[in-house]
Amino acid sequence: MTITRRGAVGALAGAAMLVGSAGAAFAQDTIKVGVLHSLSGTMAISETTLKDTMLFLIEEQNKKGGLLGRKLEAVVVDPASNWPLFAEKARELISQHKVAAVFGCWTSVSRKSVLPVFKELNNILFYPVQYEGEESERNVFYTGAAPNQQAIPAVDYLAKEEKVQRWVLAGTDYVYPRTTNKILEAYLKSKGVKDEDILINYTPFGHADWQTIVADIKKFGSAGKKTAVVSTINGDANVPFYKELGNQGIKATDIPVVAFSVGEEELAGIDTKPLVGHLAAWNYFQSIDTPANKEFIAKWQAFKKNPKAVTNDPMEAHVIGFNMWVKAVEKVKSTDPDKVIDALPGTEAPNLTGGVSKMLANHHITKPVFIGEIKDNGQFDVVWKTEGLVPGDAWSKELDGSKDLVADWVEKKCGNFNTKTGKCGGA
Amino acid sequence: MVLRNFPAIAFALCLIVLGAGSARADAYTDALARFAADSYSETEAAIEGVAASGHPLAAEVVSALQAGRLLVRAADRAVFIRDPAGGLKDARTGEATTANAADLKAVRLNNRVRRAADAAMGQLTLRAPDPRRRIEAAAAVFKSRDAGALAAIESAIAAEQDPGVLRAFREARASIALAKPDASAADQVAAVEVLRAKGDRDALALLRQIPPSAPDEVRGLAQLAASSIESRLALLQRAQDVAYGVSLGSVLLLAAIGLAITFGVMGVINMAHGEMVMLGAYTTFMVQEVIRTRFPELFGASLFIALPLAFLVAGAVGVLIEHSVIRFLYGRPLETLLATWGISLILQQAVRSIFGAQNREVGTPAWMSGSVDLWGLTLTWNRIVIVLFATAVFVALLVALKHTSLGLQIRAVTQNRRMAGAMGIRTDWVDAMTFGLGSGVAGIAGVALSQIDNVSPNLGQGYIIDSFLVVVFGGVGNLWGTLVGAMSIGIANKLLEPVAGAVLGKILLLVAVILFIQKRPRGLFALKGRFVEA
Repeated sequence: MTITRRGAVGALAGAAMLVGSAGAAFAQDTIKVGVLHSLSGTMAISETTLKDTMLFLIEEQNKKGGLLGRKLEAVVVDPASNWPLFAEKARELISQHKVAAVFGCWTSVSRKSVLPVFKELNNILFYPVQYEGEESERNVFYTGAAPNQQAIPAVDYLAKEEKVQRWVLAGTDYVYPRTTNKILEAYLKSKGVKDEDILINYTPFGHADWQTIVADIKKFGSAGKKTAVVSTINGDANVPFYKELGNQGIKATDIPVVAFSVGEEELAGIDTKPLVGHLAAWNYFQSIDTPANKEFIAKWQAFKKNPKAVTNDPMEAHVIGFNMWVKAVEKVKSTDPDKVIDALPGTEAPNLTGGVSKMLANHHITKPVFIGEIKDNGQFDVVWKTEGLVPGDAWSKELDGSKDLVADWVEKKCGNFNTKTGKCGGA
Repeated sequence: MVLRNFPAIAFALCLIVLGAGSARADAYTDALARFAADSYSETEAAIEGVAASGHPLAAEVVSALQAGRLLVRAADRAVFIRDPAGGLKDARTGEATTANAADLKAVRLNNRVRRAADAAMGQLTLRAPDPRRRIEAAAAVFKSRDAGALAAIESAIAAEQDPGVLRAFREARASIALAKPDASAADQVAAVEVLRAKGDRDALALLRQIPPSAPDEVRGLAQLAASSIESRLALLQRAQDVAYGVSLGSVLLLAAIGLAITFGVMGVINMAHGEMVMLGAYTTFMVQEVIRTRFPELFGASLFIALPLAFLVAGAVGVLIEHSVIRFLYGRPLETLLATWGISLILQQAVRSIFGAQNREVGTPAWMSGSVDLWGLTLTWNRIVIVLFATAVFVALLVALKHTSLGLQIRAVTQNRRMAGAMGIRTDWVDAMTFGLGSGVAGIAGVALSQIDNVSPNLGQGYIIDSFLVVVFGGVGNLWGTLVGAMSIGIANKLLEPVAGAVLGKILLLVAVILFIQKRPRGLFALKGRFVEA
């Protein structure tokens, strides 16, 4: 048969109709789950893996027979690392695709950008990344770490195990490092650390020339007191930072660096031999040896068809968040957001490191905290962990503006209840 | 008389030696067993025990521990040393042995354990045959300030011939003497003098740390020495800022020099310039991948192999872009800007789809790692190499433009296109070649930048603004302007950074450049005369 232009157009139209009707038929008996992660632009480096994680979790759930007897269907959109586009895409997911819940966002600014949309259209967002806290919204469930589940235990570890007395707080210049450092500064001062023993330093996004700052750190560290660097340096700037540290000969035994944004994924781009002994604080490491984690890694690598695929902390947060959502939906036998939001607090789901995490009334979860040392193969060796699971604080106890606030969506139905004035509505 | 007593004395001596020997062996085996406890504090104790035992295998055990080659079998607390080749040795006897690999676990390290191991290693290798290892050992003792090592240092000083090692030993002794509460005042005064001569940050830290209980005389001297070191270091700091500025300037020069041709000479606002740099970096990555899997012995030369390839890849893409898009847009700067911006997005996403969004690891050859200490100034080798490389590229490009026939044609076409055409120059071919040259140079910049930055699809974006800044500031159409522009911006940035911080420093610099451009719109080195287009 020869393909004429008219024939081709007709065939295309037919195919489109077929796809359209199949889609419509499909839509009636699936539950749609929105995936809102950047697949292009600067944040693609971190967020692409989370999109794959969601596809993997949904596939696994469908293998188990789906949810409420219906199959799950992922709706993936690409907000392209563009913050206003996050809001548009969130609106598209909720009003056009009618998703039951959305899993997404990485940066705090993208989360802030979608908040009004989730409130207005009353849907659910699961946010899987460690963040600066100081927030609790009815429509958002925070499965990543709050500062008291990552930053504060890390500082405690350094002070106790490494006898650190002088602190460099180095971060990228945006909201997460600034808030975290404010909390840490207040915390350190409450522990008796003097002003002159804290050096705070901010650098622009993607900072590549670290010579001066590393030299400054070296200078600050040679005052005779044990010094450590607490790094909230964001993703991409870390590689040149660690390279400079290695080249200027700063070893972990002299000045250890503990990082809150460096995981297995980020280390994949560096030769880690000069970095052995530097630290990271997370709620999950790929190297943690539990049956649940081993099974997850094996299945993940099979799903990615890559025996070297790494897992990381935000992935685990999505695993926990997804399983909690599934449990809550099964409990209320409905995907109606209002019912699910009310059912989620108190829901428990096993994490991959051997414990059971619980969704709290403030929409944060309980998590264990681990300190890992970088090994020469790009993985972490856990050198310390908290006794049990640490409940996440929405409002930091260290800051003046927030220490009287609590979030409680079960009894008080309020995200910023002031215990001093007894009123909902912040400080 | 001597002879008569000889057997008895000999017997007694034997007993003492044997007794000491077995006691030493016991202390050693006891200490070894503590490695099996799988606790950091036990491991620390084990290191101290092994080091103090004076056993001939002690140094080997500690160095195996540092390298992660000390293995324990939990079942019977046996300890093994694995040599780099993979063979096993019993740590108790030093004899070769075999064991089931599944039962063995490497002793785990953390920073505390590493520090203890470094200190122990320092004490154990003070008498090593290699002078460099003796200096390292002295540095480790200097850092640990362990009074227990004083006797070993004293005897090492007595036996030392090499002046450099002797100095390191004396510094180590000084460091211990200042930390020791019961050291004599004379010793401490001598120690202060030694540290004053050492004159670096470590010495300064020790001088500042002298406890208030020390004699007044010592404290006074230490204060004097500390302030003299401080003023020297402050001077050094300025020199260091300038050195870092030159280094940053050379990075800017590398990134901008390709643009100085495409934008400066041809006048094309090429927003895809950064992506040419990125392509060069990814070419380096590909070259290293092939070398890693096929010819690992060539790794040290990987960058030299990558240079011509990066030039060809980026140059070819440049020619392609010129031929398929830009040549239709000459004289329409706004459209060119938009079209090349689009191309840059396409190239980024293409690389992202092929290589993935994650950073790719580009290794640093051994000859580019580490740093060199010039009179207390720390300069890293990779930065030094990049400064030299940027200079070489600049000179090569200057020569190519001035002394080759392509260079002559390029200059002819940019100065007067119609006249050049009338003289028989194929202007469209020259355009393509010029753009290819600029892109190729950007590609080799990518090889260098892969050593100091992330190799990710976003690599180019970080450099595009800075590159335009340098070219516009230096003066469009002039390579010397680009050189001076890059160096001034680099050095100004690094002088501002310690004062104003990285973020504010950059803002101040941008404001300064904007004001400058307001005053002199054509930049530092403006073209004059009839070459300036109307």
